[in-house]
Amino acid sequence: MKAGHFAFTGECGPPKGANIDHLREKIAHLKGMVDAVNITDNQTAVVRMSSWAASTIVIQEGMEPNFQMVCRDRNRLAIQSDILGVYAMGVRNMLCLSGDHQSFGNHPQSKNVYDIDSMQLIALVKKMRDEGKFMNDEEIDGPPRLFIGAASNPFADPFEFRIHRLAMKIKAGADFIQTQCIYNMEKFREFMKMTVDMGLHEQCFILAGITPMKSVGMAQYMAKSVPGMDVPESLIKRLRGAGKGKVGEEGIKFALEQIEEFKEMKGIAGVHLMAIEWEHRVPEIAERAGVLPRPIV
Amino acid sequence: MIIADRKPIDEILDMIKGCNKILVLGCKGCVTVCNVGGSKEVGILASSLKIARKKEGLSVEIDEKTLERQCDPEYTDQIKDIVDNYDAVISMACGVGPQFLSEAYPNQRFLPAVNTTFFGGAVQHGIWAERCAGCGTCIIHYFDGMCPVARCSKSMLNGPCGGSAKGKCEISKDVDCVWDMIVRKKIEQGRLEDLLEVKPAKDWHTARDGGPRKSVREELVQ
Repeated sequence: MKAGHFAFTGECGPPKGANIDHLREKIAHLKGMVDAVNITDNQTAVVRMSSWAASTIVIQEGMEPNFQMVCRDRNRLAIQSDILGVYAMGVRNMLCLSGDHQSFGNHPQSKNVYDIDSMQLIALVKKMRDEGKFMNDEEIDGPPRLFIGAASNPFADPFEFRIHRLAMKIKAGADFIQTQCIYNMEKFREFMKMTVDMGLHEQCFILAGITPMKSVGMAQYMAKSVPGMDVPESLIKRLRGAGKGKVGEEGIKFALEQIEEFKEMKGIAGVHLMAIEWEHRVPEIAERAGVLPRPIV
Repeated sequence: MIIADRKPIDEILDMIKGCNKILVLGCKGCVTVCNVGGSKEVGILASSLKIARKKEGLSVEIDEKTLERQCDPEYTDQIKDIVDNYDAVISMACGVGPQFLSEAYPNQRFLPAVNTTFFGGAVQHGIWAERCAGCGTCIIHYFDGMCPVARCSKSMLNGPCGGSAKGKCEISKDVDCVWDMIVRKKIEQGRLEDLLEVKPAKDWHTARDGGPRKSVREELVQ
């Protein structure tokens, strides 16, 4: 990104078990297609293989992981020790997140930790990296030199605060931002205009989040049941209009149109493609989006 | 105040299995105000237990009494002459009550009839809501009197998470997003900049995380 290349990142969820065959298969679909692979951390609060362990498998497969960490499951002791651990194992990118509340997941009885929030996590990773100190100011023997990422959801409420929250994350130490899945382009253009007006795009790299719609059902579910997701009725209508057996293709077409617009959009440094359980379609999407071959840096 | 909910009758019946003489002990403090453990509720529980036992073909003798408070030795002392007359004592106070009683009367069994839930107040008749987490270091002056530690599902201190939608929390449409309320109030008052500084991590050692707590006021200690 620093060299001015349009970034293209992917995403992979670790397995619900210690069997890593399927994970290796999913990663293989992304190899050479994306610059880095986000490895989710018990996403939707469903227990899976730890994101740090799955990140090391990504490294074994010759790819660059973007290790995700949520604040829901660890206190500051565990957070800091895991950061040191992943860095020692070769992880160089980390995405700092709050995490979905555990009431969504498969262990709703669990205690929710939130010792620190996502903003404080960003600041902590920066402190460990730049000052070489733990949260308590003790010296670190071998600071983790991580490229710090954060999320931004321009579609959550209150909208007026979202741009400020992005600015705070950058101030706290975020080097790059990956946004929530974008479907409402009009609202996103408005958000990016504010971003550029405030000069935030010059202080970090912003990657626009894309998840291709696979079906009308998926679009309706996201519109109704996923908090903070904004799926316009016009998109649902468009998908429905594609007709039986062609909805997936229409979803990909919409994603490709988005990528084309993002390539030209001021302030956007790349795209983060979250093709959920559709990793095998990523090569096709990357090809049709004209982002191949990926630059070697 | 402390809010509590009555335990299901079956759970209480299970606790008193084998007990034939019982004292149901209410409290005139918080649990009276939140209509769960005052003298009225003591009467209702005692009657319910008698009826349930009768249905099972078993008899039970139940006395009723309500103390001024169960969290103060001055009042728990008031049952010293009768406490040994029972096979068990059901406390309808918050979780503090049966513990103070157990410490005062080591030979008796004290059983909780309520689930103590939170510190809060009545938002409308019959509905109570949480307001305080008792973290030991109040910071609500930063947030115009609203507490994200107690009222944000993730105790976020630096603004709303990405799950805030239309003023509601991601966990349920029945839960208000306190961050939405804080931000709107700051915008209305033209003081949004109050929220734009990154708040450092909270020191939780004054909360329950630091271990069981004690408050000592030297001038009152005799």
